[in-house]
Amino acid sequence: MSLLDISRLVVSVDDKEILKGLDLQVNPGEVHAIMGPNGSGKSTLTNALAGRDGYTIKHGQALFDSTDLTELEPEERSHAGLFLAFQYPVEIPGVTNMEFLKTSVDSHREIKGLQELTAVEFMRNLRNLAKRLELNPDFLKRGVNESFSGGEKKRNEILQMLCLNPRLALLDETDSGLDIDALQIVAKGINEFRTSTNAVVLVTHYQRLLNYITPDFVHVLIEGRIAKSGDATLALELETKGYGWLNGS
Amino acid sequence: MTTDTTPTPKDLVQREYEAGFVTDIDSVTLPPGLSESIVRRISAINSEPDWLTEWRLDAFRRWSAMKEPRWAHVKFPPIDYQAISYFSAPKGDKPKSLDEVDPELLRTYEKLGIPLHEQKALAGVEEDPEQSPVAVDAVFDSVSITTTFKGTLREHGVVFCSISEAVRTHPELVKKYMGSVVPKSDNFYAALNSAVFSDGTFVYVPEGVRCPMELLTYFRINAANTGQFERTLIIADKGSYVSYLEGCTAPMRDENQLHAAVVELIALDDAKIKYSTVQNWYPGDESGEGGIYNFVTKRGSCRGARSHISWTQVETGSAITWKYPSVLLRGDGSKGEFYSVALTNNFQQADTGTKMTHIGRNTTSTIVSKGISAGQSSNAYRGLVRMNPGAKNARNHTQCDSLLIGSKCAAHTFPYIESRRQDAVVEHEATTTKVSDDQLFLCRQRGIAPEKAVSMIVNGFCREVFRELPMEFAVEASKLLEVSLEGAVG
Ligand SMILES: Nc1ncnc2c1ncn2[C@@H]1O[C@H](COP(=O)(O)OP(=O)(O)O)[C@@H](O)[C@H]1O
Ligand SMILES: [Mg+2]
Repeated sequence: MSLLDISRLVVSVDDKEILKGLDLQVNPGEVHAIMGPNGSGKSTLTNALAGRDGYTIKHGQALFDSTDLTELEPEERSHAGLFLAFQYPVEIPGVTNMEFLKTSVDSHREIKGLQELTAVEFMRNLRNLAKRLELNPDFLKRGVNESFSGGEKKRNEILQMLCLNPRLALLDETDSGLDIDALQIVAKGINEFRTSTNAVVLVTHYQRLLNYITPDFVHVLIEGRIAKSGDATLALELETKGYGWLNGS
Repeated sequence: MTTDTTPTPKDLVQREYEAGFVTDIDSVTLPPGLSESIVRRISAINSEPDWLTEWRLDAFRRWSAMKEPRWAHVKFPPIDYQAISYFSAPKGDKPKSLDEVDPELLRTYEKLGIPLHEQKALAGVEEDPEQSPVAVDAVFDSVSITTTFKGTLREHGVVFCSISEAVRTHPELVKKYMGSVVPKSDNFYAALNSAVFSDGTFVYVPEGVRCPMELLTYFRINAANTGQFERTLIIADKGSYVSYLEGCTAPMRDENQLHAAVVELIALDDAKIKYSTVQNWYPGDESGEGGIYNFVTKRGSCRGARSHISWTQVETGSAITWKYPSVLLRGDGSKGEFYSVALTNNFQQADTGTKMTHIGRNTTSTIVSKGISAGQSSNAYRGLVRMNPGAKNARNHTQCDSLLIGSKCAAHTFPYIESRRQDAVVEHEATTTKVSDDQLFLCRQRGIAPEKAVSMIVNGFCREVFRELPMEFAVEASKLLEVSLEGAVG
C-alpha cells in the first residue's frame, strides 16, 4: 500500500485554483523528484500536504498511510511522520536551535507515550547529527534560523529531519542556494536517512541534486497538473530541453 | 473540505489562575475608610514611636490634598478610597517561631510553593547542590508572618526582617533612609502608602558583605476589600552585594483590589543591589471582571561612587499595572539597569517602564523592555532618560521591543529623553513584531502544539530579560508566561 496516495487533488489559495487535479502515489523506499517551472504549484502541494492555513483542498483527497490528511491538525501530521523542509525557513529569534529541536522531539515522544529525553541524551545525539552535516556546535545555540546564511538554513532543515526521522520527507527546494560542498553534504544526509520503510519527495529546479540522489521517479508539474512522469533520465532530458515542450493542457 | 484547522481560543484551555484560592482564617480588619484616626490606629497596632506616627500623619495630610494621576495609558472607574480597608491581619499575636504560625497559613504558602521551613529548604539543598537556599519574608495581607534563615543572615551581619520590626530594632537606619528616595509627597499613591503602609521588608547589608543567599519576600493579599500597602527598604552599605526577589499573588475575586507599594533601594559606594520581581497578582477574568490594581512606586538611589542597581521585572498579573522602577544615578561611575517583561492578556492594561536620572559623572544606564500583548489587552512602555547638567559622559542604551499576539491587542511606546549635555550618548532602538503565522506553522509542522509554540516563541522574545533572573525565578517566570498565554492563540 502507498505511503502517500494523492488522487485528483484540487487546491486553492485565496480562492485561486493552483493545483488542478493532481495524482501521485509514493511507496515506502522510494524517492520521487518533482520538477517544474516557477509558480507551477510545487510549494502549494507540499504546503497543502503539511496543512498550512489558507491552502484549501477543494476536491480529491490525500491519504497518508490510509488516513485522510484533512482530518489531522498540522502537528498531528508531523506526529504521524510527515515532514516538510521549507523552501523559505522562517526565523524564531531567541529560541535556540537546540531548545526548538528538543521541544519538537519531546512532542513526538509524548504522543508515543515515551518519556522526555534528558538534556544530556538529547544533546549527544544532536551533536552527532550536526557533525554529520558539518555544522559547527555553536550553531545549536543560536536562535532558530536567526542570521543563518541561506546554506545554513537549508542544512538546518535537514538536521531537523534527521532528528525527527519521519516516514515521509517533503523537501522543498532544499538544494537551492547551496554551494557545491554544501550540496554534497545535504545529499549525503538525505541518502543516509533513506531506508526501505521511509520515502522522500524532492522538489527541485535542478538536475544537479539528482546527480547525488538517484530518484526512482521524476514528475513534471506544470500549471497544477503532472504533465509527465518518468525515471531519472527524464530529469536529464529536462536539463537539455527545458519545460517548453511539455504542455500543461 | 478544508485544511483550515487552527483552533479558536475557546477550543483551547482557558487560562487558569492557580494561585486564586482563598485562605479561610480569622482576621482583624479595620473598617473601611481613611482618616487621621485610621492612620493613628494603624500606627498604634504596630506600637510605633511618635516620630513615625507623625510621619504618617504628615503623609496623610499631603495625600488629602493630592489628585489621582490620570496621565497613564490605562482606563479604570474612579476608586472609592473610603470603601477600602487599610489594615487586615490574621488574628492573634505575631508568632515568635514557625511552630506558632497558624497551620492554615503554612498550608497557604506550601500551596504557593514558598518554602517557610528552613529544614525543608535545607533538605532541598542536599538533594540539589546547585540550588542555594533562599531566605523568605512572608507577608500575608498587612503583616509579615515569618522570616526564615534569620540566624544564618545575622552571622553575616545582614538584617532581613519586616519593616515594623526594623522600626524597633534599627530605628536610626529606618529614620535616616525611609522616604529619602521616594519622598512622602512624591506622587498620589506613594503618599497614600506613606500614610497607611502596614508591613513590608527591611534589608541592611553591612560594608563589604556579600549576602550569602537570595532574599525573597512573598506578598499575599487574602482578605476581601482590603488594599495592600507594603513598603520595602533595602540598604546596601559600601562594597556590599545583595540579590533580592519579590513574588506576589492574590485570590480570584470579582471586585478590584488596590495594591500601592513603595520600594526604596539605596546603594552606597561600590555596592550592588539586584532586585527581581515576578508579579503574578490576580489579573481579573476573561471578561475583565475583578483583578488587582497594581500602582507601585519603586526607585533606587545609586548614592555611592560606582554603585550599581539593577531592576528585573516580569509582570504577568494585575488588572492594571502602573509602575516605573527607576534609578537615580548620583554617584560618579554608577550604573542603573532595567530589564522588563510585561505580558498582558484578555482585558489587562499595563503602563510600565523606567526612569533613569543621570546626575553623577560617567554614569551609565541600560534599559531592555519586552512588552507582549495578547487578547484585547493594552501594553505601554513609558521611559524617561534624563541627563542632568553635571552628568559628564553619561550614557544610556534603550531597547524596547513589542510582540503582538492576535489583532485586537495594542502596544504603545512613549520614550522621553531630556538631555542637558552635549556629550551624552543616548541610544534608542524599538521594534514591534507579531508572532507570525509562518513561525507558528513551522512549530506545528515539527509537532509542537500551538499553545506550546506561542509560549516558546514568547520565551525566546524574553530571553535577554530572563537571563538576568536567578535560576529558580527564571523557571517560574517562563512557566508563568505559559499559563498566562493560555487561550491567547487563534
Ligand atoms: N500564499 C499565497 N498567496 C497567494 N498566492 C500564492 C500563495 N502561495 C502561492 N501562490 C500562488 O500560487 C502559484 C503557485 O505557487 P507555488 O506553489 O509557490 O509555485 P512553485 O513552488 O512551483 O514555484 C503561484 O501563482 C503563486 O503566486
Ligand atoms: Mg516553491
